[in-house]
Amino acid sequence: MLNRRAFLASTAAIGLAASVGPAFAADAPQLEIFVPAAPGGGWDQTARTMDQVLRTDKLISGSQITNVGGAGGTVGLPQFVSRYKGKGNTLMVGGMVMVGAIIANKSAVKLDQVTPIARLTGEFEALVVPAASPFKTVADFIAALKEDPTKVPVAGGSAGGSDHILFGLMAKTAGVDPTKISYVPFAGGGEALAALLGNQVAGGISGYGEFSEQVKAGTLRVLAVSSDKRQEGIDAPTLKESGIDVELFNWRGVFAPPDVSDEDKAAMVKMMEDMTKSAAWAEECKNRQWTSIPLTGEAYETFLKEDIARIEGILKDLGLA
Amino acid sequence: MDTLAQLAHGFSVAFSPVNLLWCLLGTTLGTAIGVLPGLGPALTIALLLPITYQVAPEASFILFAGIYYGAMYGGSTTSILLNTPGESATIVTALEGNKMARSGRGGAALATSAIGSFVAGTIGTLGVAFLAPVVVKFALSFGPAEYFSLMVLAFITVSAVLGSSAVRGLSSLFVGFVIGMIGVDLQTGQPRFTFGLTELLDGVDVIIAAVGLFAVGETLYVASRRYAGKDEIVPLKGSLYMTAQEWARSWKAWIRGAFIGFPIGAMPAGGAEIPTFLSYAVEKKLSKHKEEFGTVGAIEGVAGPEAANNASAAGVLVPMLTLGLPTSATAAIMLSAFQSYGINPGPLLFTTQGNLVWGLIASLFIANVILVILNLPLIGLWVKLLKIPAPQLYAGILVFSTVGTYGISQSPIDLVVLYLLGAVGFLMRRFDFPTAPVIIGMILGPLAEAQFRRAMTISNGDWTVFFTHPLSLTLLILAFLGLLGPHIWGYIERRRLKGQEAVPGDA
Repeated sequence: MLNRRAFLASTAAIGLAASVGPAFAADAPQLEIFVPAAPGGGWDQTARTMDQVLRTDKLISGSQITNVGGAGGTVGLPQFVSRYKGKGNTLMVGGMVMVGAIIANKSAVKLDQVTPIARLTGEFEALVVPAASPFKTVADFIAALKEDPTKVPVAGGSAGGSDHILFGLMAKTAGVDPTKISYVPFAGGGEALAALLGNQVAGGISGYGEFSEQVKAGTLRVLAVSSDKRQEGIDAPTLKESGIDVELFNWRGVFAPPDVSDEDKAAMVKMMEDMTKSAAWAEECKNRQWTSIPLTGEAYETFLKEDIARIEGILKDLGLA
Repeated sequence: MDTLAQLAHGFSVAFSPVNLLWCLLGTTLGTAIGVLPGLGPALTIALLLPITYQVAPEASFILFAGIYYGAMYGGSTTSILLNTPGESATIVTALEGNKMARSGRGGAALATSAIGSFVAGTIGTLGVAFLAPVVVKFALSFGPAEYFSLMVLAFITVSAVLGSSAVRGLSSLFVGFVIGMIGVDLQTGQPRFTFGLTELLDGVDVIIAAVGLFAVGETLYVASRRYAGKDEIVPLKGSLYMTAQEWARSWKAWIRGAFIGFPIGAMPAGGAEIPTFLSYAVEKKLSKHKEEFGTVGAIEGVAGPEAANNASAAGVLVPMLTLGLPTSATAAIMLSAFQSYGINPGPLLFTTQGNLVWGLIASLFIANVILVILNLPLIGLWVKLLKIPAPQLYAGILVFSTVGTYGISQSPIDLVVLYLLGAVGFLMRRFDFPTAPVIIGMILGPLAEAQFRRAMTISNGDWTVFFTHPLSLTLLILAFLGLLGPHIWGYIERRRLKGQEAVPGDA
């Protein structure tokens, strides 16, 4: 999928870096990873990190990563389904964003057509306000929201994405009509952050990692995080503790093609279980501020069904589906 | 001076032989990928991300910075010679640059763009080193209302490329709006004009549109007039490099371009395209050779936008290094490279990672020098491209455009869009509609729309935000003056002259 020149260039550069690839383990399989997004994003990084960790732990001999980006993964998904049907040792990276995109884009191919293997990581979200904001707690924020939702503009990522979904869920739980909320979508985390730092909006919702350095520097204040429990090093309660019964992880996981044999499926589940237990994986997650939330087998399938239903519900409430 | 001492230390990091080698590799690679339409610096750096597992942080950032700056240089080469912009920031360069190339001044166009890039890149890098905290404060005062007013100001630039007829020019602009609207609406998540095609949900890439309209359209047009004996390319007239007069016309444009490009590049939603538009409009307005614009090609129209685009590339690094804000695709990927080293870019980066940041800034200076040394001798070689007989040359352009477009996302739909727009471009050429406003509409239309709707959401539907915010008001007044000022001035001037004539013998 690489352009030839880029490929040559990158191999040349890697060669120059004097890297010697890890020794090939004779019996380790070759893995194919399909990324339904352009290089550089979260899914792509997940794939490349998986490749790195699996090779370090000699669970695979190497992997081929294919990127087919676009429309929240809904361009790549149908290609994955048709091209890799029944093929073992093949994984597609996906996650909550794809669930939302399938619903919002009315994609003909859905996640129930692929084989869920494992949930790997998640990024919990944070509700932040500029340092100068009068809101000190979630209660302050919700009180203002209840009084007049249009006066509390909140910045985040694209419409219908995880940030918008969380804001909708929060409003709904607090008894505010989700169609009335004032959500200001930005193309990227950077732009939303700039709007917050420039005091253009009342608050912001995004993955905590987007805000962490600003919080450390004291320019933003975290009101709450969307994880199940308090996080080490973050001086903020969870939404649940603040009286808003919402928990949300922007999760990422892997899927196998349709119609894979039970053996192949079991092998891939095993590989993912081994990977998520490894020290190298823990180290990468720490560096990248990913929370490891492994879930495999039936538990993952149940979780997936529930999450799809929840997201579909809130997108309908927000008027997006 | 604290900054100077740190910069000196940065140079000591960047001047190690290994890091110089990385810088050379990055700039060469960057120039190469800049030449290819489709393969941009963001994608290249993303594909090179795995090397962060192998080499020291300083080395990989020096490599990435080299690629980033190099791509800005390389993108202009194909714009000028082949009318095939390699990057969206070099689309404006094609307007005058290609005209110059056709009238035998391609060497001068390439030279002014290389030297202008060097001058502006250096000014921009100085800005990153010394002004970053000030500039970022100014940039953050821009909210959606201010951005919208900036877009209004940028729309004035359309008048600079309208061509002979305002109706035709504005029609082209509106075609651009429609193409720009294709895809998922950011504010509501609903698809618009996608005809049920998933591939169109992300919109039409502006590079594909530019290559389709300019390069493919041009090729079809030339093919249709093959035996009409018109539209001849003069490979080289006069000196290969710039003449004294061309130097005199270029240097002010470089400086002005740099001062337009750097602050806008530093704005979180500024981008690299808007400063090139603004610089082009300014140069056209100030030029003493207006008759050369759009005919034989005016060198100011190349020098200014090229300088603006390189200065904005430096500007993008300001919010990235001072706040950890990625404001372009390339910056976002560089940030993820920081993360794979466990470094979290943010407001404390300058203090916690001084070595890295100052090494990076120093290597930007070095990259600039390497790039100008690398590019100037290449000009002689590049200009030879124009000596290729027209059939082969244009066939080559078609192949090049097709391969480059397919490289963007490997999507066959993109190729259909490319050739559809090529046909549109041909018809527009044939019936004398300017194509540049289409691109301006495509870039500015969606941006203006998004900022307008954001401003409205935040103000809860209150229209006055555009006038009550001082910065926004200032920009609107500038736009108003830019649009109506020349007419009013001209009117006063005519009245004055008439007045003098009316009283003969009074002098």
